[in-house]
Amino acid sequence: MADILRIASGQGFWGDDLDAPVRQVEEGPIDVLMLDYLAEVTMSIMQKQRDRDPSAGYARDFVPLMKRIFPAVAERGIRVITNAGGVNPEGCANALVEAGREAGVAGRALVGRVEGDDILERLPQLIAEGHSLDNMETGEPLESILDRVRSANVYIGAAPIVEALKRGAHVIVTGRSTDTALTYGAMMHAFGWSEDDHDRLAAGVVAGHINECGAQSTGGNCLADWWTMPDMARVGFPIVEAHADGSFVVTKHAGTGGRVTRRTVTEQIVYEMGDPTDYITPDVVADFTTIRLEDDGPDRVRVTGVKGGPRTPFLKASIAYSDGWKATGTLTYSWPDAAAKARAADRVLRERMDRLGLEFDEIRTELVGWDSTHGALVGEPPADLPEVQLRVGVRGSDRAAVERFTRELAPLILTGPPSVTGFAGGRPRVQEIMAYWPALIRREAVEPGLSVDVLEV
Amino acid sequence: MAKIPLVHLAHARSGDKGDTANVGVIAYDPAHYPLLVEALTTDAVKAWFGPLVLGDVERFELPNLHAINFLLHGALGGGGTRSLMNDAQGKVFSTSMLRMEIEVPDAVAEAVKGQGRVPEGWSPASYGAGSPS
Repeated sequence: MADILRIASGQGFWGDDLDAPVRQVEEGPIDVLMLDYLAEVTMSIMQKQRDRDPSAGYARDFVPLMKRIFPAVAERGIRVITNAGGVNPEGCANALVEAGREAGVAGRALVGRVEGDDILERLPQLIAEGHSLDNMETGEPLESILDRVRSANVYIGAAPIVEALKRGAHVIVTGRSTDTALTYGAMMHAFGWSEDDHDRLAAGVVAGHINECGAQSTGGNCLADWWTMPDMARVGFPIVEAHADGSFVVTKHAGTGGRVTRRTVTEQIVYEMGDPTDYITPDVVADFTTIRLEDDGPDRVRVTGVKGGPRTPFLKASIAYSDGWKATGTLTYSWPDAAAKARAADRVLRERMDRLGLEFDEIRTELVGWDSTHGALVGEPPADLPEVQLRVGVRGSDRAAVERFTRELAPLILTGPPSVTGFAGGRPRVQEIMAYWPALIRREAVEPGLSVDVLEV
Repeated sequence: MAKIPLVHLAHARSGDKGDTANVGVIAYDPAHYPLLVEALTTDAVKAWFGPLVLGDVERFELPNLHAINFLLHGALGGGGTRSLMNDAQGKVFSTSMLRMEIEVPDAVAEAVKGQGRVPEGWSPASYGAGSPS
């Protein structure tokens, strides 16, 4: 059994710093590299891509990344655990095997592939069997939108990751694994924690939560004394140094930028938090009010004391469905009386859309540079505001109306208030809205269908 | 007693879950945490946000981290993908919260004056520059 397991975070979302995982591998010792690519909205984007191309539907950045680090990873025995598989773990794993061969690790690496989180095809049958999949927030039954569902995945826990590690996989690709399981799955395997070891699992969940957003725990997007943050061009991503008893230290490689302090770590702990006593994952319920943080030297924060309770009988499903259309456009108005001009333009635009008979569920106007982040809290804008950006968005079920809106902004340039610019980007884009439908499903309906395959590179 | 903006006493981070924005408020000095607990009631926070929060405000205390977590329901225009808001995922609701003014003893107001804001004479060129800590 290892004394310390070093689990490095390399990606906080699909679109994060492409070089961060490479730096994690090259700039110091690590045992595990965890790469989190998924957010609520990411799955439906991936499903759209797979609809157009059956070989797509996963985080494509991951494959060229592995081509760069595969030799080092294979050489040093670093395990890579990622949910890059998105809605197509098979396609991702196949591309990964290919990348491994091209990188020269054939015969020296095993790829674990976890499938079974995708329940899109099973939805009608699941409903027929009595799984109502009601919306957790509104209580509506799924049947009301079933014909508009585009993706349906269940957040799965660490068991398949642990299984793949046991079978010797070096790189493990999952679909909709919970973000935290990518970290605590490695701990469960290394330290032999059992399913009912609630406190240790809960500690692993906290470690996973600190890791899952990349540099957000090492100084990125950190509000406390942000102006003093060092060397952000080479910000170090977090590394959890985990111990068998569940305690761990959050740190980063020596010589990298950013900072690890109780403040940076606490900001990440409260990020996207609900009831802190009831942080639910597939494997354990963690109590974040039991977390104890202590300084442990420069760029080191020790985490101890985490308590947990038994898992619930349910897993959470993440369902995305088509829910109409939206578009947002902007124009920039200049001093003097910039805000007055922008508001006058908005009034003219709305009157024209009215006369055209365009109907929307919502029209929203914001003045970027004045009220788009703090709303009515900021009061009236001053007349000497040097510039302001008019931002108008519309949302509705009639695609043609939304499309027509995108053609009504540009005419304002010659037919509306003066001193306007900022239209070089062309017409706004019409976007299909993929709304999020959270639901619970009993775990027996999903877990027997999970599978782990190990492929040779 | 003196009225000061929360930004001098606390830092914060926010995010989203569906149509709900979360704001975690963290006291810079643990000694000031009780002041936050007293001042940032659900009623006061709901009143502060006014039309920005259509639903209820929920509050959870984390004394271990000298932090309070707030859930602002109905704050994001229908949620991340449906919302027409510039801040569709509630990433800066935290800063809206830090504009709130609360009453503190004069001595506290004096001690925290200017905290949370860029110091005078600071230059943007120094952000992220220099050698790591």
